Amino acid sequence: MTRVLDLSNITKRFGHVTANEDVSLHLEKGEIVALLGENGAGKTTLMSILFGHYTADEGEVRVNGTPLPPGKSRAAIRAGVGMVHQHFALAPNLTVLENVMTGTESLWSLRSNRSAGRAKLVALSEKFGLKVDPDARVSDLSVGECQRVEILKALYNDARILILDEPTAVLTAQEAESLFATLRQMTADGLSLIFISHKLHEVMSASDRVVVLRRGSVVAERATGETSKEELAELMVGRKVERPKRPPATPGKVLLEGLDLTLSGKGGASLHGVSFRLRAGETLGIIGVSGNGQTTLAGLVSGLYPPDAGTLLIDGRAVTTHDVPHAIAAGIGRIPEDRNAEGTIGDMTTWENTVLERIWSPEFSSRGMVRRAAARAATDQIIDRYDVRGASADGRIRLLSGGNMQKLILGRVLEAGPDILVAAQPSRGLDEGAIAGVHERLLEARGRGAGVLLISEDLDEVIGLSDRIRAIVNGRLSPAIPADRANAQLLGLMMAGDWSAAAEIEAETQMPEHKKAETEDAL
Amino acid sequence: MRFERRDHPSRVLTVLAPVGAIVAALLVSGLLIALAGANPIRAYGLILKGAFGSRLGLSEMLTRATPLILTGLAAAVAFRARLWNIGGEGQFYLGALGVTAFGMIPAVAAMPAGVVIPLSMAAGAVAGMILLLVPLGLRLKFGVDEVVTTLLLNFVAVLFVSLMIDGVMKDPLAFGWPQSVPVPDSAVLPKLMDRTRLHVGLLIAAAMAVVVWWLQSRTVFGIRARAAGLNPRAAAFAGVPLGTTLIAVACLSGGLAGLAGAIEVMGVKGYVTTDLSPNYGYSGIVIAMLANLNPIGVIGAALFSAIMFVGADSMSRALSIPSYIADVTVALSLLTMLVALFLAQYRIRR
Repeated sequence: MTRVLDLSNITKRFGHVTANEDVSLHLEKGEIVALLGENGAGKTTLMSILFGHYTADEGEVRVNGTPLPPGKSRAAIRAGVGMVHQHFALAPNLTVLENVMTGTESLWSLRSNRSAGRAKLVALSEKFGLKVDPDARVSDLSVGECQRVEILKALYNDARILILDEPTAVLTAQEAESLFATLRQMTADGLSLIFISHKLHEVMSASDRVVVLRRGSVVAERATGETSKEELAELMVGRKVERPKRPPATPGKVLLEGLDLTLSGKGGASLHGVSFRLRAGETLGIIGVSGNGQTTLAGLVSGLYPPDAGTLLIDGRAVTTHDVPHAIAAGIGRIPEDRNAEGTIGDMTTWENTVLERIWSPEFSSRGMVRRAAARAATDQIIDRYDVRGASADGRIRLLSGGNMQKLILGRVLEAGPDILVAAQPSRGLDEGAIAGVHERLLEARGRGAGVLLISEDLDEVIGLSDRIRAIVNGRLSPAIPADRANAQLLGLMMAGDWSAAAEIEAETQMPEHKKAETEDAL
Repeated sequence: MRFERRDHPSRVLTVLAPVGAIVAALLVSGLLIALAGANPIRAYGLILKGAFGSRLGLSEMLTRATPLILTGLAAAVAFRARLWNIGGEGQFYLGALGVTAFGMIPAVAAMPAGVVIPLSMAAGAVAGMILLLVPLGLRLKFGVDEVVTTLLLNFVAVLFVSLMIDGVMKDPLAFGWPQSVPVPDSAVLPKLMDRTRLHVGLLIAAAMAVVVWWLQSRTVFGIRARAAGLNPRAAAFAGVPLGTTLIAVACLSGGLAGLAGAIEVMGVKGYVTTDLSPNYGYSGIVIAMLANLNPIGVIGAALFSAIMFVGADSMSRALSIPSYIADVTVALSLLTMLVALFLAQYRIRR
């Protein structure tokens, strides 16, 4: 094997903070190395040093044995290192071909050699099975396709070493699978890859070697075949983390019921005749491939839109006015799908973000005036009780990490004591430690008798937390199965839209419920 | 060289930004004054003397600042909610026209000043509101960019004023000049200083600044308006009624600009002409930016502009430098302020 990339003894400090301490990392030809670490462990800083965005205080980077000059961002690209960023750096108004060719031609040349560019792009795209239309406008592409374009862009620049920063963060499970297959094919062709991740299962399935980074230092290096998820989790977090277990519970009365709900999608998939029941003290998990109506369902229950048709019953009563204030007043707590775009307003203070959704309540305002002292006190209490690190009531919420932002959101929702909790992708993008914290809170809410509607694409999460599981496919809900009957095959069938097995299980387990419902009706 | 957003923009920097911006603008326009063959220091001295050196100068400066405070507030409240109201000029003119039209109602002549003055101001404010609600309606309903519509409506408004004062509202006693009938005497604002043009409008404008500050920082409406501006999606998730909030913001913004026009007519001119405003509406945008959208800061920024405009007039008489230098300085201060605000928010890294 030949060593293609060598980062030796890299140290980088920002003021008093040491982002990387004596980090050494190497990459062999044809190898996939996973760089594993929690958010803030220093993974991105390390890669920024490789790309010359930062200058290391100590240490050096060698590509194929030749040292790279520090602080020169073009040097790494010229040496054949390509980077695929987590947040795509594509111009949405240009075509795929234009995006790929940008920066590859001299500004002084009067015309661009498109036919040669196209031929090269098509050849690369065929060789690696990265299917994409060169003339499609980037704004029309899905996230999965955008990522393909990013990879093609790096390959077009003759990259032999490819760095992927959290490549699956925005992908669905299926897209991630096919991405990893592509990466395998690339290594077979002699490329070498580093991918940055904090997701254990993909590290286990896609890498040859794992380097674990914690607080800026390399804490371990393992061949993937000789380690386990559990060991990696412990190495990454620095202590044993276990996701909390779901204690048994007896569901109570029906808190939330949807009857034949229909809603045309607002920028997402539509709902077609969705019916479900959520009881007190139970968690109903909704699984599914992203884009099948999860966002619309969460938005509907959260009060963002009333249903076009069908009935929503809260506590047995049909809802007449369904909007956000009414939903909250009726006891619905809402954890939004996207913390940054929907859950918080980055440039407003923590206290404003905490009270905004309940600012109409007498607790936080009277006669149109904000009760600022009460709002700050409530915020301080949440910061304290929910252990929101780095937050102050008057600081801007933008400064919080994802995990702490989610703690604050959980706090503002749970402190209101909701009877019904809608949690949409509650642990998306969080690291292991933070996920365990979120799960604990969700189980706590269920434990005190709230009904939790958990909408998530993370199967482990849904199986771990839910009492019953339904799949959402094309805006329709599958029959519900009890979580203890769930297995990968059955869930896969449910998500694919084959509901016969699930229907049988539902019929067999739901018998008592039907009887119960009948007796309730009779009473 | 890269720019990095500061995590904690220091309060000192934020306060110093406008000061630095004004100093930089004065330095650059000082160069222009020197190019025109005069000593910049002497020129600035004369500008200060023109604005503060005499009772007349001071009163003129404050008279000039009055509409600027109101148009500055109009822009500031709208921009806070990311409602890009560039139509202050048109709203100013419609406010002026509104107050005059109100004065033409026969019943008004019989009312006492204590009733006519508030009603007249309200009439002007409502006229300004209406002119802003039209483009807002287009934005809410069809997604039409209000920058374009509010800007273009300025020209429509001035032409409409021209149509009216040459037509149904023309003053028959004005020897054929295109000017409106005057407002009734009972609508004329009391003077603050004898034998000057300074009127109580200044106090009203300053009070409006305090009211706007209070609305923005202490009320549910203020928080909601800011939320709707900063992140409409998150605001909607939190149950902020986006449409209603923006309509309220538009009423406030258009109303303030309309009030500026009304007060200018009631306090200074007495009637409407098409040269009533030396770009008060547009200057309001500069003033709002210079104040970093802070309502109290608007007072200071309006005073700065007024000092430059009034002082430059008297300076140009003494030094034969065109008084347009004031326009240049104020315009430059907008550019330098944008740079200064950026530098207060971001740090430069090598």
